[in-house]
Amino acid sequence: MLNLEFIFPEIFLSLSIMFLLILGVFKKDSSKLIQNISSIVLLITAVITFNETIAIEEILLFNESIIIDYLSSFMKIITLLGAFLVLIISSNYLRSFKILKIEYPILILSSVLGMMIMISSNDLIVFYMGLELQSLALYVLATFNRDLLKSSEAGLKYFVLSALSSGLLLYGCSLIYGFTGSTNFNIIASQLNSNEYALTFGIVFILVGLAFKISAVPFHMWAPDVYEGSPTSVTLFFTIVPKIAALTVFIRFLYVPFLNLIDQWQIIIVFLSIASMLFGAIAAIGQTNLKRLVAYSSISHVGYALAGLATGSNQGIQSSVIYITIYIVMNLGLFSCLLMMKRNNEYYEDIEDLSGLSKNHPLLSLSLLVILFSLAGIPPLAGFFAKFYIFKSVIEQSMYFLAIVGLLSTVVAAFYYLRIIKTMYFDKEKEKFDTDHNIWLKFSLTASTLLILIYFIFPSQLIEAVSRINII
Amino acid sequence: MNFPILSSLILLPSIGALFLFFTKSNKENNITVKYVALFTSLVNFFLSIYLWILFDQTTSEFQFVEDRIWIDGLINYKVGIDGISILFIILTTFITPLCIISVNNSIKNRLSEFLIAVLIMESFMIGVFCSLDLVVFYLFFEAGLIPMFLIIGIWGGARRVYSAFKFFLYTLLGSVLMLVAIISIYWITGTTDFIQLYKFGIDEKYQNLLWLAFFSSFAVKTPMWPVHTWLPDAHVEAPTAGSVLLAAILLKMAGYGFIRFSLGLFPIASEIFTPLIYTLSVIAIIFTSFIALMQEDMKKLIAYSSVAHMGFVTLGIFTIQQQGIEGSIIQMISHGLVSAALFLCVGVIYDRMHSRLINSYGGIVSIIPKYSVLFMLFTLAALGLPGTSGFIGEFLILMGAFKDNFLVAVIASLGVIIGAAYMLWLYKRVVFGKLVNLELKEMADLNKSELFILICLAIPTLFFGFYPDPLIKTIEISISDLINVYNMNIINN
Repeated sequence: MLNLEFIFPEIFLSLSIMFLLILGVFKKDSSKLIQNISSIVLLITAVITFNETIAIEEILLFNESIIIDYLSSFMKIITLLGAFLVLIISSNYLRSFKILKIEYPILILSSVLGMMIMISSNDLIVFYMGLELQSLALYVLATFNRDLLKSSEAGLKYFVLSALSSGLLLYGCSLIYGFTGSTNFNIIASQLNSNEYALTFGIVFILVGLAFKISAVPFHMWAPDVYEGSPTSVTLFFTIVPKIAALTVFIRFLYVPFLNLIDQWQIIIVFLSIASMLFGAIAAIGQTNLKRLVAYSSISHVGYALAGLATGSNQGIQSSVIYITIYIVMNLGLFSCLLMMKRNNEYYEDIEDLSGLSKNHPLLSLSLLVILFSLAGIPPLAGFFAKFYIFKSVIEQSMYFLAIVGLLSTVVAAFYYLRIIKTMYFDKEKEKFDTDHNIWLKFSLTASTLLILIYFIFPSQLIEAVSRINII
Repeated sequence: MNFPILSSLILLPSIGALFLFFTKSNKENNITVKYVALFTSLVNFFLSIYLWILFDQTTSEFQFVEDRIWIDGLINYKVGIDGISILFIILTTFITPLCIISVNNSIKNRLSEFLIAVLIMESFMIGVFCSLDLVVFYLFFEAGLIPMFLIIGIWGGARRVYSAFKFFLYTLLGSVLMLVAIISIYWITGTTDFIQLYKFGIDEKYQNLLWLAFFSSFAVKTPMWPVHTWLPDAHVEAPTAGSVLLAAILLKMAGYGFIRFSLGLFPIASEIFTPLIYTLSVIAIIFTSFIALMQEDMKKLIAYSSVAHMGFVTLGIFTIQQQGIEGSIIQMISHGLVSAALFLCVGVIYDRMHSRLINSYGGIVSIIPKYSVLFMLFTLAALGLPGTSGFIGEFLILMGAFKDNFLVAVIASLGVIIGAAYMLWLYKRVVFGKLVNLELKEMADLNKSELFILICLAIPTLFFGFYPDPLIKTIEISISDLINVYNMNIINN
């Protein structure tokens, strides 16, 4: 038998997508229903994946082209949970723009399916297939508010630039295939001959493609425009979910086939990391639109996650995974706040609009305060620990320069987070926002704020959860 | 010891703050809110006094140690106190209730939020002084930025935004290097628990860089010249209670850090960098005293005098003499009391006249006599008149300095004279002279709560000025032990 039970989550997800598509076509006005079913499907898939992790150590399927191990399961679970939360908190927003259509949840499901394939891939071709599946769904999601010029522009930009990077990536794959004779990660690792220059070219091309997907500097140009133009709920999806998948591929690609060439790729990752941290921090200072600001801040956060990867150690990988997990929680909270900024069915997304929030909505602004300080990495909030683990693993490898640049850029970044806090707490109040929010929106805001706030009481749990990740 | 008294000290204010958070604040129950906060901080104060009674003065070992696993195999939550830290804890718990009483007059809006910030601040400050693990220390040290940023930014004066940002970014920039150093220490020695680190020491070749990294953080926090510029801004714009907290407690974290970490962990580097500290301290004493002389704004003047006083403190610490370090600690305690009182004094007249400029006052001695008497007392304490706690501190520091380096001691002594000049001149211009403004005639003298606060601060100032023995007894053994270990390290290398 083909051991199909191990990819049961993926099979379940794809069957659900097909079923929902048919249901959507035949049943009128079923968008709400499909939205609900899709969230449940995501949750069930997460549960199934979670159940599998308990038993499995590491399993290779289909000629070793798919790998199921602890890393993949962990990342899949946070992907699924992230997508689940995005779905349940976005319905109000979509409805007010009259774009609550059946395609929205289905597209999210298909991109999640693509990401799951990416996360599990142990082969260049499988990885590429997963990547394209998720990207195609994401292009459409970016333009989802098609009547809005900005949204269409965002989708088009994303499509053109992403296609270019996919091309580069594919070219890199072909180079690697040409010089090692295989697309399988394990075989590439055994066939590796570090004297081949072309192989290095291949690695660089693939890294460029991946850096593009994860929006690391200098391949970040698309992010601010796309984040600003897309509907807010889609921006939320962009900022968290695809990053998990891309980071996993980063980890697997660097550490499984090319660990022996660490001298050649380490410097690239260090450069990407430093450039992203610094650029993200500096460029965000001038922003007035919150979504653009989040784009730059996410660029800078990606820089920190990459710093963990640059170390070439298991601790480094684990710290990156911790970082991205905490990052997701923080961003969920931040976007829940963004989705609450509406007045008479109109959403506001400038920093200015937050002016005096603390007088009108003390609880909302308090949560936002906690989230922002955490994003800035101030103890005792969760964001500090995320950075702490990263820098711990970086310094363990004696990469002091990276650590110091990283920490200095947190100071720069603190400035623009403080600016938002300043607007909320020190400035004159404006009109009140609506308070009739979706219960799930309130839930996700409360939950993420509390998680960030009390993380310092139980820091061991997350470490324990990722300590089973052993790639090297 | 089964009862976790230190953790209770840390947690109690936070629990009080949580209570306040759930108390709905409106006009009528502002009183309730205040009483809850006051009650919490008073309980904490008595708890800390109880701690002092239980404290064993005959040993330099850490006492009341609590050790819990916090992050598996990485960091333990470890707290404990010795003679050096206990006085700072008591100072913190003593100043906080006074701050809370003082808000009556100065804080007009969002009272309950303000009290929450103050209480959370107290939690963090106590945490700083009793943590025995570098990461735990860093956590509390940095976390204090959040409430202070909000206190300055929300309740501050006209340029509060600028000051709050400057305060936050300056101190954050100083601290991040310390974080690198802490992680490096963990990497080098495999632990961040500083009882262990004291025992085994840190390799000589790393000490210089690590010392500098810690220095960058403490120098900003102290603040030492030339990175002191955030302090006058922060003080001027902060509300009275905020200035008091800042001057009385926040600045002490750095002095404490110098004694605990720079001397304790990096003796060899401390020896090397002593000239640097001496130079900066002397510049701070002389230079900022002259700046203080020229100030038009009372709060700014006191802020600069704080910088000068902290210059004495850093000078005393790095003499590595028993008297010098004892003097520094007493100077910090005394400065905590006196500068708090001076800021409150400024706050009192500011609340009435809404001006901090010196030249808008004058000749108020007959209008508000009680105030003038108490203000006189604290002015004299600030310039170190014998019989006040300020004298004991400065005297001991200078004695230690004379033992170590004659020239530095002479220059620093000159600073005392300039100190007397600017304080007395300030007092003269504000209190004596002609009545410059008829509106001043309407000024009311101290009300009950103001009188109570200032008297509360005056009693220990005078008491320890005449009888500093309880303070010295508490710190004596810890310091002599610290110096012994320090000298052993120097000799061995």
